[in-house]
Amino acid sequence: MTPLISVDHFSKSYEEVRAVRDLTFEVNRGELFGLIGPDGAGKTTTMRTLVTLLRPDTGSVTVDGMDVRTRMKDIRAITGYMPQRFSLYPDLSVEQNIRFFADLFAVPREELPARMDRLYRFSRLEAFSRRLAGRLSGGMKQKLALSCTLIHDPVLLVLDEPTTGVDPVSRNEFWEILHELRAQGVTIVVSTPYMDEAMKCDRIVIMHDGASLAQGSPRDLVASMTVPMYALDDRDLVMNFSRIETVPGVRSVQSFGDSLHITSDGDILPERLQSAIGGALGRDVHLRPISPSLEDVFIALIEEGGVHVL
Amino acid sequence: MSSEHLRFTGDPALPASEFAVSATDLTKRFGTFTAVDAISFTVRKGEIFGFLGANGAGKTTAIRMFCGLLPPTSGTANVAGYNIRTQSRYIKQTIGYMSQKFSLYEDLTVAQNIEFYGGIYGLTREHIARKTEQLLEELQLQDRRNKLTASLPLGWKQRLALSVSLLHDPSIIFLDEPTGGVDPISRRNFWRIIYEIAGSGKTVFVTTHYMDEAEYCNRLSIMYRGRIIEIGHPGELKERYGLDSMQDIFIHLVGGDIRPENTP
Repeated sequence: MTPLISVDHFSKSYEEVRAVRDLTFEVNRGELFGLIGPDGAGKTTTMRTLVTLLRPDTGSVTVDGMDVRTRMKDIRAITGYMPQRFSLYPDLSVEQNIRFFADLFAVPREELPARMDRLYRFSRLEAFSRRLAGRLSGGMKQKLALSCTLIHDPVLLVLDEPTTGVDPVSRNEFWEILHELRAQGVTIVVSTPYMDEAMKCDRIVIMHDGASLAQGSPRDLVASMTVPMYALDDRDLVMNFSRIETVPGVRSVQSFGDSLHITSDGDILPERLQSAIGGALGRDVHLRPISPSLEDVFIALIEEGGVHVL
Repeated sequence: MSSEHLRFTGDPALPASEFAVSATDLTKRFGTFTAVDAISFTVRKGEIFGFLGANGAGKTTAIRMFCGLLPPTSGTANVAGYNIRTQSRYIKQTIGYMSQKFSLYEDLTVAQNIEFYGGIYGLTREHIARKTEQLLEELQLQDRRNKLTASLPLGWKQRLALSVSLLHDPSIIFLDEPTGGVDPISRRNFWRIIYEIAGSGKTVFVTTHYMDEAEYCNRLSIMYRGRIIEIGHPGELKERYGLDSMQDIFIHLVGGDIRPENTP
C-alpha cells in the first residue's frame, strides 16, 4: 500500500528564517508517527503544511496522493488538526462545543448521535456533557479538543503538542486514546517534547533546525547508539558536574533525574574511566553500565551531532 | 542599592525564620468548593522544593496565596518571614514569581521587558541600566536586545522570564511550570540555573509536570484534591513505596479513576 503521507525534499522559509530544510519522510497508513525536536525545529511548520495551511517553497508534500498545493479542500475533508492552542468556547458546554464543530464540518444531523456516542465512549466525557468547557481541567480540555477534531471522522489526525502542560496521569490517558484510535485505523502524526511519549510512537523523525537528524522506530534509534554509557548515582553531583566533564576519556555528561549519564570515548576501559573520575573528585565512585534511553539519543544527536544513528 | 524595596528585604530587625515558607492549615474555598484543604508544611531556606500535583489539585491556588495575591479562607502561612494575611504587600516585594504563561510582554523588546519589570520592582534608573546590561550578557542576548520578545525561541524566553523575576534580588522564587513545552536540552540548562540560584542561598519553589525534574528537587510534596498527601525527599519516597521513579510514585498516588475530574 502507498504511504498516506509523503514529504519529499520539503523546504519552507519565513523571510530570513529557514523553518524547514530539505525534509523527507513518509507516514504509512494506520501508523502513529512522531515529530520530535526542540522548540524551533520546524515541527509546527511541517504540520501546518500537512494540513494545507502553509504551502511548501520547494519539494512536494502529499496526503493520500493529493498535493497540498492544489487539493486543499479534499485534504481538509479527511484531516483533523489540533493546533497547540486549540480554541474551545469556554462559555459553551462540552456538548455544545462538539455540536459546533460538527456543524462547521457539515456532519449530517442524523449521523451526529452515533458519532457523539463514540467520542464520549473513548473520551469518557459524557458525564460532563453539560459542563462549561472553561471549567474543565487541563487534561479534560485536551480530550474535548481531540473530540472536536475527530467529529468529521478524519482518516488523518495531526496533533501539535497535545499534552504540553498536562499532568502525567492525564497524559497517559490521552495516549491510551491515541492507541485506541490507531487500532481503529486512524493515521496519527503527533509532535511532543516528551521522550516517554516519543517512545510510544511506531516511528519518529528527530528534527533540529528544520532538518531531519534521524528517523526510525524509537527502539531502533536507541539500539543504534553504540557509545558506551554509564550512570553515576550521586545526587550531589547532579547539577554540579563540570569537574567530571574535563576528565580525559569522558565525552559527555548529562544529568538524568538523580544520577548522571556519562558517555566515554569508547576506547577507554570502564575501570580506567571510573578511577579517572574518582581521581578528579577526590573519592571513590561507582560507574554503572547502562543502556541509553531515547532521551540520551536525542541529546547526543542535537548536542554532539556525532552519534552513529543509521 | 538604596531602592525603596530593600527596606523590606535585607533588614536584620525583621522577623527571622529558618523557613522560607511555612503553612499551617492553609485553606481556600470558592463557594462550596474547597480548592486548598488545610495544608501544613514547611520549606527550608535555600531548598529546592517541588510542589507537585495533577491539573486542578489546587497548586496554583496555593501559590497565589503564598505570593500574597489571594487571601486564605482560613489557616495561615508565612513566606520569607511575612504573614500572608497581614503583610502581603511586603511579600510581593520579597519574592520572585515566574510562570510559563504570563511573564513577558511579547510585543516589547527584550531590553524593554527588563526595564519594565525593573520599574515595577522599584529599582532606580541606574540600577535598571546596569542590570539590563548584566542580564543581556549573561543570557547572551546582546544581539537581540532590540528584537521583539515574541521572536525568541521558547527556551530563551523562559530564561529571560526567570532572569526578570530575579531582578529585585528576591529571597524566594516561585516557578509555576517554568519548563512546560520545552525540549529536554533546554530543560536541563534551565535546571542548572535553578541549582545556581539555590546555591546562592535563595529558596526555589517550583511546580512541574515533568517527573524527571521532580527528581532534581531537594524535597517535594504531592497535592491531591486540595490536600498534601505526600511529602519528602525523592529518595525517601522511592524507598517508602518500593518504586523506582517519581513518575511511578505520582501515578500510584494520583492515578486511577478516583481523580476529582472523573467525578461529575
